[in-house]
Amino acid sequence: MKQRGLGTALAVVAFLTFFLGPFFWQVLTSLWPDGELTRPWPSHLTVENYASVLWGRPFLRVVANSLLVAALTTAFCLTMGAAAAFALAKLEFRGRGLLLSAALAVSMFPPIATVSPLYLILRAVGLRDSLIGLALPYATFALPLTLWVLTSFFRQLPDELYRAARVDGCTPFQAFRRVLLPLAAPGLATTAILVFIFAWNEFLYALTFLSTPEKRTVPVAISLFASEYREPWGEIAAASVVATLPLVVLTVLFQRRIVSGLTAGAVKE
Amino acid sequence: MNGGGSLERERRQAYLLVAPAVLVLAGVALYPILAAVWLSLHRFILVFGERRLTGLDNYAFLLSDARFWAALGNTAYFTLVAVAVELLLAVPLALLLNRAFPGRGLLRASVLVPWAIPTVVSARLWAWMFNPEYGLINRMLPGSDINWLGAPGYALHAAILVDVWKTTPFVALLVLAGLQGIPEDLYKAARVDGASAWRAFRSITLPLLKPALLLALLFRSLDAFRVFDAIYVLTEGGPANTTETLSIYAYKTLMRSGDFGYGSTLSVATFLCVVLLALVWLRLLGREEGAR
Repeated sequence: MKQRGLGTALAVVAFLTFFLGPFFWQVLTSLWPDGELTRPWPSHLTVENYASVLWGRPFLRVVANSLLVAALTTAFCLTMGAAAAFALAKLEFRGRGLLLSAALAVSMFPPIATVSPLYLILRAVGLRDSLIGLALPYATFALPLTLWVLTSFFRQLPDELYRAARVDGCTPFQAFRRVLLPLAAPGLATTAILVFIFAWNEFLYALTFLSTPEKRTVPVAISLFASEYREPWGEIAAASVVATLPLVVLTVLFQRRIVSGLTAGAVKE
Repeated sequence: MNGGGSLERERRQAYLLVAPAVLVLAGVALYPILAAVWLSLHRFILVFGERRLTGLDNYAFLLSDARFWAALGNTAYFTLVAVAVELLLAVPLALLLNRAFPGRGLLRASVLVPWAIPTVVSARLWAWMFNPEYGLINRMLPGSDINWLGAPGYALHAAILVDVWKTTPFVALLVLAGLQGIPEDLYKAARVDGASAWRAFRSITLPLLKPALLLALLFRSLDAFRVFDAIYVLTEGGPANTTETLSIYAYKTLMRSGDFGYGSTLSVATFLCVVLLALVWLRLLGREEGAR
């Protein structure tokens, strides 16, 4: 038994080192004085890199852009997704299974497959290089995710609640708005967190559709982060930490929700 | 409920409720895919505004395009190795997370950190780790410095490592969900029968975990096949195109060369590969369901 405990401890340490080590190295790099990166160890720690990222570059603007796009995508997909997920979970109609499978199939689309037509469509309607326009193609991955996670949440609510509301004279829509939607609040929160994280992290569409530097989102800005002569590793690290810390905090706080949301569609079939 | 009229009304409201979502999905996925197929039949250079129908010319060129076959090979290799390593790491990790021990919550929260980090950030983070002069990896390894991202042969494996770091947690969570569905009684019975832990793993855990494993394989291989972010940031497909995947090649053709005709052909080819892969996995999953 004791040997087994030791084995577990070693495995835990190994996994923790692998998954957290690189992240801590990045945090350390962000605090490393700029001229000393060639040394094996910093002589002291500094917040210089953070200061130059936050005040010397338009990085706060970039963070605001990402917040806007991610919030817009979340609001847009949850509004549409909640109504559809309720119908998928509680109402009888033809094509239910087809719609869920179609959503799953769409979420598996390689984004590169739709990039050229989406580029032309957005350009035609004047939404290319616009943050609002970017939220639209984000529905490709965000809406299927919303549908799957929320449908499984609505299914967990007892059918009796819906039937009782109908007997009391509610239309299906009123039953959704007044009875089931409030009860699905935890599910909505979980879905919102997941969609927000996915939208915050998206890269290919943002890289393709946005061209003005002031409109860049966090991943695009970090991928293009460079100074004239050499890679500014300290600043990149600082920017990475700024861009990641909110997500890490969100994830650690809501880990149970995230795990249940991520595996909801996958196992409850 | 109360009569046929009500059912009819319920159905009507159901269609109204799903309509917006269906329309948006059609607009951002179905229409663009069909449009991409249509574009792929054209010669279409964006900046010149040159656009004419050329039928299957692009596809004929695709079949003889060595760079396409190389990209397909790189993508297949990346997918195969990354997903295999992820699964081999995820199963022990999930077994660990399924066990009660002090610090389990900490471990579960920690493994989600790489998952939550944007792929671009994780690629930048690893690019710094791989830095030939000052990177952590060469600092720790004895011997001469290896140019991880600059040497053919190494670079694609470096990209695989980044993918493994980022997505093993997700696979582990899927496997963990599968593990939690296995009744504890089976293990008790096995212990009573004197089965070793390894025997119990092979005869109980693995067979019952198979559906969850196949599902994880399905999701992950389709996801790995469309890899773009990590490789774009790490190497942009270099050195000498040895890390160029289908998505990277298609992106360069579309956005750097502005060739929307052949670029769309490459996009459609990527899409068809993913569809093919999905069909193979679904068949395997279906056979698994049928066997039970």
